[in-house]
Amino acid sequence: MTQSQLLALLPILFTSLTVILVISSIAIKRHHQFNATFSVIGLNLALLSCGVSYWVGPQLVTPLLIVDGYAYFYMALVLTTALATATLLHAYMEGYKGHKEEVYLLLSLSALGGLIVVCSRHFASFFIGLELLSVPLYGLIGYLVKERRSLEGSMKYLVLSAVASAFILFGMALIYSQLGTLGFAEIGGRIAGQTGNARTVLLLGGAMLLIGIGFKLSLVPFHMWTPDVYEGAPAPVAAYLATASKVSVFAVLLRYFVEAKAYSYPELLDVLTIIAILSIVVGNILALQQDNIKRLLAYSSIAHFGYLLVAFIAGGPLATESVGVYLLTYVVTTLAAFGVVTLMSSPYGNHDADTLWDYRGLFWRRPYLTAILTTSLLSLAGIPLTAGFIGKFYAVAAGVEERRWLLLAFLVGGSAIGLYYYLRAMVQLYLRAPWVRRYSAPLDWAQGTGGAMVIALMVLMLVLGIFPAPFITLIKAAGLN
Amino acid sequence: MILVWLLLIPFVGGFLSWQGERFGRRFPRWVALATMSLVLLLSLQLWLTGDYTLTFLGPKGRWVEEFNVPWIPSLGINFHLALDGLSLLLIVLTGLIGVLAVACSWNEVQRNVGFFHLNLLWNLGGVIGIFMAMDLFLFFFFWEMMLVPMYFLIALWGHNAPGGKGRVFAATKFFIFTQASGLLMLLSILGLVFVHKAATGRYSFDYADLLNTPMSSAVEWWLMLGFFVAFAVKMPVVPIHSWLPDAHSQAPTAGSVDLAGILLKTAAYGMLRFGIPLFPHASLAIAPVAMWLGVLGIIYGAVLAYSQTDIKRFVAYTSISHMGFVMVGIYAGTEQALQGVVIQMLAHGISAGALFILCGEMYERLHTRDIREMGGLWSRIRYLPPIAMFFVAASLGLPGLGNFVGEFLILVGTYKVEPVIAIFSSSGLILAAVYSLFLMQKAFHGPAKSPEKLADLNGRELTTMLSLVAILLFLGLYPQPIFDLSRAPMAAVQKIYGVEKPASAEIAPIVTGEAQ
Repeated sequence: MTQSQLLALLPILFTSLTVILVISSIAIKRHHQFNATFSVIGLNLALLSCGVSYWVGPQLVTPLLIVDGYAYFYMALVLTTALATATLLHAYMEGYKGHKEEVYLLLSLSALGGLIVVCSRHFASFFIGLELLSVPLYGLIGYLVKERRSLEGSMKYLVLSAVASAFILFGMALIYSQLGTLGFAEIGGRIAGQTGNARTVLLLGGAMLLIGIGFKLSLVPFHMWTPDVYEGAPAPVAAYLATASKVSVFAVLLRYFVEAKAYSYPELLDVLTIIAILSIVVGNILALQQDNIKRLLAYSSIAHFGYLLVAFIAGGPLATESVGVYLLTYVVTTLAAFGVVTLMSSPYGNHDADTLWDYRGLFWRRPYLTAILTTSLLSLAGIPLTAGFIGKFYAVAAGVEERRWLLLAFLVGGSAIGLYYYLRAMVQLYLRAPWVRRYSAPLDWAQGTGGAMVIALMVLMLVLGIFPAPFITLIKAAGLN
Repeated sequence: MILVWLLLIPFVGGFLSWQGERFGRRFPRWVALATMSLVLLLSLQLWLTGDYTLTFLGPKGRWVEEFNVPWIPSLGINFHLALDGLSLLLIVLTGLIGVLAVACSWNEVQRNVGFFHLNLLWNLGGVIGIFMAMDLFLFFFFWEMMLVPMYFLIALWGHNAPGGKGRVFAATKFFIFTQASGLLMLLSILGLVFVHKAATGRYSFDYADLLNTPMSSAVEWWLMLGFFVAFAVKMPVVPIHSWLPDAHSQAPTAGSVDLAGILLKTAAYGMLRFGIPLFPHASLAIAPVAMWLGVLGIIYGAVLAYSQTDIKRFVAYTSISHMGFVMVGIYAGTEQALQGVVIQMLAHGISAGALFILCGEMYERLHTRDIREMGGLWSRIRYLPPIAMFFVAASLGLPGLGNFVGEFLILVGTYKVEPVIAIFSSSGLILAAVYSLFLMQKAFHGPAKSPEKLADLNGRELTTMLSLVAILLFLGLYPQPIFDLSRAPMAAVQKIYGVEKPASAEIAPIVTGEAQ
């Protein structure tokens, strides 16, 4: 292994080191503040080391991993998400009575999985990374062991995630059986000449892969687990589930489609089109009547991945850029929304403040949190001045470029429906509840870092919405090929 | 640079009045008033100093004022503001309506005064942005952005009118109608950009680049429809108008004034600036349909106004009727009709705004908006009824007032190209007389419901009303300065029609004849 390959792997190495350090520090002494600080420092180092990409060109590290600009961008995104989640967890766990420290261990492990998924260019590394990403999540979702919903969510995720992994493995096996290789690019090289039975088997394999990935991305009709798990999981974990775990899987899906030339299979694209339409329609319609904000965000994330698929399916010259921009804006927005839910919830110990009722008249108690939640709901709805608008603009642009009018029609219709529930949730924040007296709740110091983080996210949302040019340059540089 | 100031001042002012609430409730009001007055003064100064024979589509191909910096270079998006006579007139109107909106909510709004003015000023700032944006991305940005503050104005400071479905419902309906149709426009904008890219190989959202993009007539037709639907919803054109009465009846006075005074005008502006110049052939093809939709709006709005019992819904339906004239005038495309459209927009903005303010003042005194509960107000208040009489007369098109000039020019201009449509449209004038006099009769005449005298207009209310009276008289008696401003842009639009339809080019416009 050469020096530049080692340098390229720095983010992964730092994250692995963090995992080991956190394990040892917990073993030596349980101390919430210390253990949290260790993991945050480690993840920060990993994030900073993504800057190495500036000096080291794309590196192929063994046949399994490729560390190029694309990978760096998504690694940075996953690491940022993990850091944000760690900050939120710190605020959230302050009031928890049981052992708090292991969350950081599980989180770092899961982030490590995310990094490997993002870098993978081979089915083996993809699968290892995917499992490393998902398995710690079982623990994280069920971390509040005394909470029934949390445990239920954890069990659901465990079973369905395992089933999804089985589908993915079987799909890989079918593809391997015909082509005799597991590398993405090699598959792309050999797939072109396949006809007859081989082609059928390959299609079947591709479909099974899609089903498994559909589970991980909670696309309709593989979405059933999402609202229950989001509702049961502690709010910061739900944030992580909705962002890092989906983003890394989506990033590798795009790389696979490009490198393995899956775009040349119109059948796969047709299936994806149906999945996208179903996700948009079902996600938006089921969100309409939700009174629980975590379930609402779950359904909204289903719909958002439907929108994202529009750009993905279009697959034109703009697609990679559009997916990057969309995921970035989605991550920032979703983190902010769940961040507010976390900060609202943490003082109440084992129960999250997740019904819309809890948020009624919030403006009169906590104007800053309300401003943040308002911005993120508007951003989810894709209103200008916020990041979500730029994301939606890019998705639509990619669709228009490739003339995907059917998908675009559903995107427009879905956004119109979506407005209804975002506005419904938003206006609750301002309606004066009869029992609420007007006062400004003091900002708790335990929440200080969490509060600073969500405010930073809000600023980022606005900056992305008003002056996106630098971010777009960055994403353009991180394109595939 | 002055354009940037014009845009920034409302946003900064809004932020200041929000944060200034801690200094008391009066502070935000004064900040907001100062802000909008500053905008008004700046725009008037532009009026005095600029050379308004210029417009981009005109012979010299230059804007009066321009500001252009790159924004998102990789997609060819620029922060491009520009101004010509049409934009300026509407910005002056925005400044004026803004001052009125702040003034009329002086006593009405008592909750969260700072946040209210933030929303009001940001909405006005967005509207000013719409009138200056010459980059389609920027235009769309402002088009959607200004919805949010308006939503808050209706949802948080609105009324829950009896029988209505509540202010949150009305606000949501308003938002969804305009946002969904706006997304159709986004599809069209992007479609146009990619057609342009296919022809030239580069991305651009700039107005100047996208004009005269070569495209097949089918593509042009579909792209035009996206714009048309977005503007038709906002105008509103009749089958898709149902958000307007709801929004008006639940909105606070300032919201209604803002909505009727300028928000509806953004649609007409969009058609004149973007819809027709970008898609000349398709616009010409849809013109008969559009004009008939306008006629439908004129008659439908008038008939429904007649049967309303809520006075704000009444004014809302008259707005639909009056905006029908605008629609007819825009698509008639003769220079007289287009000049009439400009006057009609200004006059309707002011007269409808004034009527909504009067509704608010009556509500403050009577605590009802039900026309059946009024009656005999003439004997109970001294100044309000005659002023209301004046604006009702303006709304029915009494000669000597601005609305008459607008509607007359639209009808004359339309008659030359589409006599049948002009004849049907003129029925709107008769229906307007019917519903207006009906309102006067029901609300102000007849036996008084109670002998008790009501508080008369105070100095602030009287000043705003009298200044509006003066402006309407000015528009009606000496509209020439307005024509001077709007002649160049309107002649450019007319030229588009003229090129497509040589028959109408030979008509010597009266308006320009007078001016020379």
